[in-house]
Amino acid sequence: MWLLDSSIGRKLIMSITGVFLVIFLLFHSIMNIVVIISPEGYNAICAFLGANWYALVGTSMLAAGFVFHILYALYLTFQNMRARGQQKYSVTKNQKSVDWASQNMLVLGIIVLGFLGLHMFNFWYKMQFAEISGIHTGQFDPANGAAYVEDLFSNWAYCVLYIVWLSALWFHITHGVWSALHTLGLNNRTWLPRVKMFANIISSIVILMFMSIPVYYLFGCAT
Amino acid sequence: MEKNINLTLKIWRQAGPKVKGEFETYKLDNVSTDNSFLEMLDILNEKLVKERKEPIAFDHDCREGICGMCSLFINGHPHGLDGETTTCQLHIRRFHNGQTITIEPWRSAAFPVIKDLMVDRGAFDKIIQAGGYVSVNTGGVPDGNAIPISKVFADEAMDAASCIGCGACAATCKNGSAMLFVAAKVSQLALLPQGKVEAAHRAKAMVAKMDELGFGNCTNTGACEAECPKAISISHIARLNREFLSAKFKD
Repeated sequence: MWLLDSSIGRKLIMSITGVFLVIFLLFHSIMNIVVIISPEGYNAICAFLGANWYALVGTSMLAAGFVFHILYALYLTFQNMRARGQQKYSVTKNQKSVDWASQNMLVLGIIVLGFLGLHMFNFWYKMQFAEISGIHTGQFDPANGAAYVEDLFSNWAYCVLYIVWLSALWFHITHGVWSALHTLGLNNRTWLPRVKMFANIISSIVILMFMSIPVYYLFGCAT
Repeated sequence: MEKNINLTLKIWRQAGPKVKGEFETYKLDNVSTDNSFLEMLDILNEKLVKERKEPIAFDHDCREGICGMCSLFINGHPHGLDGETTTCQLHIRRFHNGQTITIEPWRSAAFPVIKDLMVDRGAFDKIIQAGGYVSVNTGGVPDGNAIPISKVFADEAMDAASCIGCGACAATCKNGSAMLFVAAKVSQLALLPQGKVEAAHRAKAMVAKMDELGFGNCTNTGACEAECPKAISISHIARLNREFLSAKFKD
């Protein structure tokens, strides 16, 4: 199967799952920003996306996207390290035009994944999981997302952690978005700078929307 | 203005493909700044021969930047720190008195060291053999205006064709990927009418060969483009992806 045994096929899977995850992030951030505008509205979204079948199908598709993206990343990185060879260069210099993020996608990905575990424990476990399983895992009602958000971000350390996490994610997707489109072949000399600019804009919008929430609570705008 | 400088050279020495190599340090005094980098290595080799030592093996041929034979990873850059030049076009005037220069061979699993600074770049020839040619009968030489080709495509194909196959892209890539080379070799033909006939087969065959030979997977860092002595654009990689994917989806 060429998707598995050719380098471009494997990269195609990375790029499609990557684009899918970025689209998810875009939806996720749009829904989250509602909590600043109206906590009641946010709770309505939480109730709507609870344990319904469509939310569950969406969640499992999303989880599958993550799993494929991560497994392929590890597999590709392993192959790349082998292709680099046993003997390393003693002197290496970085080129000015090479983005730092593009050289450190795996490290950034691992940072993002580590924080994702924490995030799942803080929110998903207490909200959707509580609703599916019927086990009461948090101190609030599973659909009362706004209360969970306010509770977590009342701790300044969590605000800072989330800001660090989102910064790593910004670096990861600034390279990821344009690189995915490049792998899909949607690029040429004219469009290369435009696609890169598009990637920067999309990732900045997504991350700014996410980041505004911990910043909002960190500076006590809620009270 | 010509002057003479003293250099310390840290050069990779390796007696054969299976032997463990190591760096050896040489002092070379009174090198004219007008010398080219390879002339400096010639001077060092003559000195070594006079001292009854084994001279340093390195690849070179035309010494005018068109054959793609010279290599050398100099102070962390393939073909040295200058952009858009090959090692043979690098001059000693770009270095200062007393500088230490580290010279390494291309390091990539697909480019095994033959001796000292010389590596086997036969992998690139095998990729070309897999499909980097036109084998359909294109007839006699047609009239220059018989097949209209837009200036944009002609320029793009010419830019791709300027690849000399030196291997700097794969040597500098953190993933050991040969995508820029393969992309250039696919693009130079895919853009022109005679090459279009076999474009789908070519992209599939060359990518398959590239993977088989143990080159890595491209992650679009763009280091290859920055170090390419012919400044070949990574936009050719997007074209290769496009050619390959459309060929596979057609199957």
